[in-house]
Amino acid sequence: MEQLTFGTLIAVFEEIFGGVLFWLMVVAAVLVTVAYLYVLVRDRSVSMRKFLLAQLSMPIGAVAAVVFVQVMTHSQLRDIGGPVDLIVVLGIAVVGAIGMAILVYTAQSLLRGKSE
Amino acid sequence: MKELFETTASRRAFMGLFAGGVAAAAVQPAVAQAVQTSARIVIIGAGAAGTSLANRLVERLDGADITILDPSATHLYQPGLSLVAAGLKPSSYTESQTADWLPSGVSLITEAAAAIDPVAKTVGTSGGQTLAYDFLVVAPGLVLDHDAIEGFSLDMVGSNGIGALYAGPQYAAKTWEAASKFAEEGGVGLFTRPATEMKCAGAPLKHTFLIDDIAKRTAGEGKHEIHYAANNNSLFGVPIVSEKVRMLFEDRGITAQYSHVLKSVDAGAKIATFATPEGDAEMEYDYLHVIPPQRAPDVIRESGLSWADKWTDQGWVEVDMKTLRHLRYPDIFALGDVAGVPKGKTAASVKWQVPVVEDHLVAAINGNEGTAIYDGYTSCPLITRVGRAMLIEFDYRNNLTPSFPGVIAPLEELWISWLMKEVALKATYNAMLRGKA
Ligand SMILES: Cc1cc2nc3c(=O)[nH]c(=O)nc-3n(C[C@H](O)[C@H](O)[C@H](O)COP(=O)(O)OP(=O)(O)OC[C@H]3O[C@@H](n4cnc5c(N)ncnc54)[C@H](O)[C@@H]3O)c2cc1C
Repeated sequence: MEQLTFGTLIAVFEEIFGGVLFWLMVVAAVLVTVAYLYVLVRDRSVSMRKFLLAQLSMPIGAVAAVVFVQVMTHSQLRDIGGPVDLIVVLGIAVVGAIGMAILVYTAQSLLRGKSE
Repeated sequence: MKELFETTASRRAFMGLFAGGVAAAAVQPAVAQAVQTSARIVIIGAGAAGTSLANRLVERLDGADITILDPSATHLYQPGLSLVAAGLKPSSYTESQTADWLPSGVSLITEAAAAIDPVAKTVGTSGGQTLAYDFLVVAPGLVLDHDAIEGFSLDMVGSNGIGALYAGPQYAAKTWEAASKFAEEGGVGLFTRPATEMKCAGAPLKHTFLIDDIAKRTAGEGKHEIHYAANNNSLFGVPIVSEKVRMLFEDRGITAQYSHVLKSVDAGAKIATFATPEGDAEMEYDYLHVIPPQRAPDVIRESGLSWADKWTDQGWVEVDMKTLRHLRYPDIFALGDVAGVPKGKTAASVKWQVPVVEDHLVAAINGNEGTAIYDGYTSCPLITRVGRAMLIEFDYRNNLTPSFPGVIAPLEELWISWLMKEVALKATYNAMLRGKA
């Protein structure tokens, strides 16, 4: 690998998930983020109650992300072979956890409205 | 109010991050001003090497007359064949259209080069055209000599326990039919490699490791007996890698048969005959994987471009190993599998060779000497089972040259190295074809 460009990185992700699924995921991520920012601005504060549920959902997001990537790449947990593999798995788990937390928080805010 | 401030601040940070990403995507490496020229450049072969070079030359040269010859409408992503032959990808995974990768400003002639006259500086095509050139780049890859194996023909692949994944996407898919039957039913598996130079010397090992792993997962341990027939007394051309593979074979219970070169096949009786230093040896099999001897295409060998005193049965092009420039005809370069250099028959090598030839070619057009040097870089994500691989990279001197030292250990079986092969390699390969990366 001579140099890793932004374009190559995108191509790698398209390769993992397939072009269509990857861009659907990007669009979904952008939509959720925009919705999250919208409720933050609208409510002008973080609701601790919604935040609690969001936090509780984090482990589910972490596990789901790892399982998802492994299924897409014909891999299993037993394939973890060294420290760098563990870092990659943890990285995926963290991304999954944060993504899930934002999703859950946003969904509650949108569904239950501003009052709670 | 404080909270509002915080959210706005983080929103701004977020927007900044996003804009940063877009900016990063827009930034292009600084390109030297294009060289004005009317030079006629002919490239033989629009495979990994020819396509990549064509895309780079149109960026570097203004006004050049660039012609690329390739009779095949289909471009093959050959590293994917190993995955097809293990049932992990469909055969379509390796196929695309040759023309789709070529830039405008290059003329594609869908004919083969049939004759090269390095003195008159012309290339004759299979359709009878004669193309005059100022510079010639030969990149037609190599040919698989299946006829050299007595009793074997490609129509056997897929039935009677015979596989031959090098032969192309359809044969790789048929190889999986034969291999998966072996995995289910058990028996003796023989995995071979030729005694000639070959593209991706790791691929015979990958197939062995993959089928061994799949077989054990399918029918369970102890139902299969796996033999790897090495062409000499090592398992890989780089000694430290060969030792590692020997240890992995021991761990997996794979038997190495040293100096066993496949000579003939009796498909009816399921017996393979090997040439060994002690004379011919016969082995029965339930699954046999054939990789035939590999040579430069006839047009190269017949045009006097090959080495006269090296690889005389194979005919690789006589080039300087650092510049890939022909030693007798300085206006000819060789790229990719056809080049007569001691290492480098992989797509990863092509990626490092192309900028070197580009440099010397553009310098020659400018009337001076290039400076770039190819050090023999060759790489091979050596799959050791479904889900794990070793990212092996080395140079002419058999030194390991890891791209990510301290992070991705070359001789360790890692998941991340598997990800490199399974997902990152094709993306990088495609970027290379477009002349990027
Ligand atoms: C099973 C397998 C696994 C591999 N795994 C890896 C891997 O993991 N990593 C890696 O880096 N590399 C791998 N490789 C090697 C890699 O695919 C090749 O080294 C690379 O494709 C070489 O590029 P090339 O341009 O020299 O030849 P090719 O890509 O083979 O292209 C040659 C082109 O020339 C054309 N041609 C042939 N004859 C003529 C003629 N007379 N006139 C005009 N055109 C002609 C052909 O149609 C073809 O399009 C693998 C190869 C195989 C077979």
